[in-house]
Amino acid sequence: MKKVLVIILLVIIGYFLANTFINIPFGENRIGDINAEKPTAAGYYLSNTKEKSKVANIITAIVVNYRGLDTLGEVTVLFLASTGIASVLYRRKEEEEETERLSLPSSTIIRSGARVLFPIIALLGIYVFIHGHLTPGGGFQGGTIVATGFLLMLISYKGFNTNHNRMTWIESLAGLTFIFLGIWGLIADNTFLGNIPEVGKLNSLLSGGLIPIIYIAVGFKVAVELTGILDILLKIKPKK
Amino acid sequence: MIAVIIIIIMAVLLLAAAIYSVIHRDLLFAVLGTGIVSLILSLFFYLLQAPDVALTEAAIGIALTTIIFIITIRNTTRDEDEIIDKENEKL
Amino acid sequence: MQEEFNEIFLKYHDIISLGVYGTAIGLILIGLYAVLMKKNLVKIVIGLTIIDAGIHLLFIGIGYINGGTAPIFSPGYEDAAKRMVDPIPQALVLTAIVIGFAVTAVALSLVIRLYKHHHTAKIDQIKSLKW
Repeated sequence: MKKVLVIILLVIIGYFLANTFINIPFGENRIGDINAEKPTAAGYYLSNTKEKSKVANIITAIVVNYRGLDTLGEVTVLFLASTGIASVLYRRKEEEEETERLSLPSSTIIRSGARVLFPIIALLGIYVFIHGHLTPGGGFQGGTIVATGFLLMLISYKGFNTNHNRMTWIESLAGLTFIFLGIWGLIADNTFLGNIPEVGKLNSLLSGGLIPIIYIAVGFKVAVELTGILDILLKIKPKK
Repeated sequence: MIAVIIIIIMAVLLLAAAIYSVIHRDLLFAVLGTGIVSLILSLFFYLLQAPDVALTEAAIGIALTTIIFIITIRNTTRDEDEIIDKENEKL
Repeated sequence: MQEEFNEIFLKYHDIISLGVYGTAIGLILIGLYAVLMKKNLVKIVIGLTIIDAGIHLLFIGIGYINGGTAPIFSPGYEDAAKRMVDPIPQALVLTAIVIGFAVTAVALSLVIRLYKHHHTAKIDQIKSLKW
């Protein structure tokens, strides 16, 4: 009985969704003329990014500069998720003294391969978030790549421990850098997260004003937070 | 012509992997189905001219979501109806 | 190359638009079926992940323009701004992917905690155990 009702509900929802999207033709140009007198929002972003921000990647300019408050909210959501996981899976110290991650030791191939691959993966992640304003990439992508490198080391070695004190310091400093850069924009330019007037030339590493610095701070913060989440999750003891 | 064939094959693979991931009883295979959905979705994003979104979906959806699900399965049951685990406990 | 693709898109327009929008709506419906009908908690979280994937594909599919290119300036092609696809849905989906992952991580940690307390991962047996 429940199955029949659910299938009827799904058919109704599917019919209404399909009916709405028939009227939006795929691939039609809805931006309009980008050099017009009153352009649309997308037209304004496309035509004014090159002169005002001198950043080659338009998505980076939108995420950090034009819609910077949404990025601040996203960083806050990640921080709240990390705190929530740490508080739900909290263990008192007197229950279990010894926490071990692995039950079986890894083979020689995994151990020697992980030691070679870990610096290369970390270097790739740092490259991606430093060059976020020139190539596709940015803080979130680069931070995730670095966290994947840490995950490889955490799985392969039993004695590889991350220093919780140092990680907390890096995360707090990166978050405070973001806020202080925004307040500096408030003092200098009268807008929160406004860009400073002196920007470099297009397509070089030192272009875009404050945008690469903000993305570097976000990249460090995301990498450290995701490593912390994975470290907490891997230490749970399965009750057998 | 090749472009249309590629898009149709990818769409069919996407729906097949999603249905497999919902229906199958062993939870480990269902999680791998979710990983395959993320992989083909990342390729779809590249074909629709969005390289930033493709990078983000590839980095987060394939690696991190799969490993979090596998850690959860390790700490809970592996079978959907929990019949095999109860037999193991009785033995 | 660009003219050939434009011809192909105009000729097979219905198939391609059905392909992208239909796949996205199909993913949303499959995920919704998993959330409504399944009893295991991990299966419900898998359903939430599949709904997220469908919605992201729908957003990027709306922002596509025929014959458009990726919104990044390359050295030597400085005047490509007239031919770019819509950049606003891509910025929104970038944030949505990260937030979807955070929600999945918190939901799974709650599932682990519930299993340790009730020793079962099926919701109809958790409802019948009174605290």
